[in-house]
Amino acid sequence: MAKSRKLSVGRRGFLKRAAAGAAAALAVKPGAALAQPQTAAPARPAAPPPSARQAALETAAPPPRADVYTTDRPGADFMVDVLKSLNFDYIFANPGSSFRGLQESFINYGKNTKPEWITCCHEESSIAMAHGYFKIEGKPILCMAHGTVGLQHASMAIYNAYADRVPVYLVLGNEQEIAFRRSDVEWAHSVQDAAAMVRDYTKWDDSPISLGHFAESAVKAYKVMMTPPYEPIVICANGGLQEEPMPEEDRRTLRIPKLVVPTPPAGDANAVAEAAKILVAAENPVIVAGRVARTPNGITLLVELAETLQAGVLDRKFRMNFPSRHPLFNTGSVATADVVLGLEVPDFWNATHAQTPINRMGMTSRPTTKAGAKLITITAGDLFSRSNYQDFGRYAEVDLAIAADAEATLPGLIEACKKLITPDRRRVMEERGKKLAEEHKRTRDRDFDQAAAGWDASPITTARLSAELYNAVRKEDWSLVSDTTFVSWWPLRLWDFDKHYQFIGGHGAYGIGYGAPAAVGAALANKKYGRISVNIQCDGDLNYAPGVLWTAAHHKIPLLSVMHNNRGYHQERMFLQDMASRAGRGIENTHIGVALNEPNINYATLAKAYGMYSSGPIENPKDLGPALKEALEVVKKGEPALIDVVTQAR
Amino acid sequence: MKTIVFVTVLLTGVVALAQQSTTPAGNAENGKKQFLRAGCWECHGYAGQGGRDGARLADTALSTAQLTRYVRKPTGAMPAYIDKVMTDQELADIWAYLKSMPTPKAAKDIPLLNELKGQ
Repeated sequence: MAKSRKLSVGRRGFLKRAAAGAAAALAVKPGAALAQPQTAAPARPAAPPPSARQAALETAAPPPRADVYTTDRPGADFMVDVLKSLNFDYIFANPGSSFRGLQESFINYGKNTKPEWITCCHEESSIAMAHGYFKIEGKPILCMAHGTVGLQHASMAIYNAYADRVPVYLVLGNEQEIAFRRSDVEWAHSVQDAAAMVRDYTKWDDSPISLGHFAESAVKAYKVMMTPPYEPIVICANGGLQEEPMPEEDRRTLRIPKLVVPTPPAGDANAVAEAAKILVAAENPVIVAGRVARTPNGITLLVELAETLQAGVLDRKFRMNFPSRHPLFNTGSVATADVVLGLEVPDFWNATHAQTPINRMGMTSRPTTKAGAKLITITAGDLFSRSNYQDFGRYAEVDLAIAADAEATLPGLIEACKKLITPDRRRVMEERGKKLAEEHKRTRDRDFDQAAAGWDASPITTARLSAELYNAVRKEDWSLVSDTTFVSWWPLRLWDFDKHYQFIGGHGAYGIGYGAPAAVGAALANKKYGRISVNIQCDGDLNYAPGVLWTAAHHKIPLLSVMHNNRGYHQERMFLQDMASRAGRGIENTHIGVALNEPNINYATLAKAYGMYSSGPIENPKDLGPALKEALEVVKKGEPALIDVVTQAR
Repeated sequence: MKTIVFVTVLLTGVVALAQQSTTPAGNAENGKKQFLRAGCWECHGYAGQGGRDGARLADTALSTAQLTRYVRKPTGAMPAYIDKVMTDQELADIWAYLKSMPTPKAAKDIPLLNELKGQ
């Protein structure tokens, strides 16, 4: 802080020197402004009456100040140069006065291109849009917010991104220098340590006190953020640095450091060899896939490992990890496995244990693995830990823990496995693979039969909704930009997923309000590829910040949103039902505080108000197919569309 | 050994018959009301189709007694309903309602599902 004030005085000194150069009539020499107060008040014995000249000096209008109205090079221009060097495609932000200097520089000096400014109606939307964008494009987004009220809005979405291992580059506006705070508003929007509020769930932050400091920290932040495990970072942009002229010396000397993103950490070769030995010798190995596929190549590698071992893959549905119609998809079980390989599974303990269900008192737990089963984990989560927020899950006792990025480790593991496979082992594996393929087929048959149940029901089943939606888009280049947890995972059970961009997984920390903005962000990433983005939109989620519909309409982001309008916060309703039953009370009152009816919300009208094509509410399942067809035509023209569908609970 | 098995099966059958004979007859119309009131639809669906959180109930294969036993002491994560919250009669009514639901179609009888599956 002390340094900051000192620097700030220097800047003002510079300002005055610049003014002196411009206003020759005043002829103020460098340093004169500081020297004058010391010579202006000589000691005097008494108070003689002022002379006429003195009186005139005291009562006359003050001489014109050395006001400087313009600069050709505000500090924000340099900050824009720095941030442009990081190759962001977009800026997602709700406007805020504390970063007005940067915003002006981006849209004028930076020509509003690479990055282009996307207008957001809520900071939570900005971050969640960045979250969704990254999951499709694999590139982080630059977000901006006030260091105070903006960050407070953004914080839940940051936590989601943190828990989901998604990088977000967040620049916070803040006025550190008290003398520069011009009003009560600016005092209220200033903070001593802006990043403190989210430091528990960001990877790194800094509050630079000079432009040189900003350049170095901005580049370092990008590097830290993009080293697995990916996480959000925060850089504070001081108001004075943004808005005051760039010092002459800085203009001559400042440079932007070169960015080098480290290669992702691969597992130790000896540990990988040991893992391969255990896996190849296993009679019934199973792979549990968490956030494995950081890139499209992650899918290719996971398929190769599974096929090499003929091991079942249990997908935790956090990412698009594995083709949904591959014969090894969702086959095998932790309970029967003699080796369980966890790849980037944040809740590995949960994946290998059972706890007392919610309908009984007390709490006990037991392993779901069989006695003697060997457990192996490969995760970059072991390289980074925070203590306050508990998304890291319970400590898992494993036999081999490889602290490394799973995708980066897979090539070595596959190679090591292949070297160890003898013809005998290959025969065993092939037999195992045939059984798993049969299991996959049985599960698929069961899923389709289950989808048939209630086919003509109203409210419309989530299975029917998913089937009709897939039918509408399956011949297009489609991308599902929403989670499937709240629709009984129907898309993953009925659709044919095989590309990385076809599924974006879940929230991370289950912070609701993520769905709608993540879908818009992901759809923006899909736009340049001409993909059809589809979003199964939960009603409770949309109500947090529906303004994101306007963002989609304004920026012409093609996105087909289909409401899963079950008229309530249904997960919480079921929890209330559990609690009422535990207490031996009836559940007649469990709609209180969770139902979204009386009146019913008309999402088609809501979307129209934001300037978006919409239809519905649709209650008859027979009307759904034609409505989807019409909406798809709108989306193909490059616009968003929303269909309100009244659905069953799950 | 075979004798023991035979006797056990016989006794189990007698007990089951005895339980069924004491189970009240159900009223499907009231069962529908109870199905909605008790929130069965929340996990099992309005059409009893089942889903992520509950098994399919339409045209259930369970007997009234089996349904009642399960609801009182469920083995999974389903909330337990005590008699004070839902009486045996109400459960019998729900059972009658479930039995009145049409047997769900098979996937092969729905052209769209057939098409998606065979794709």
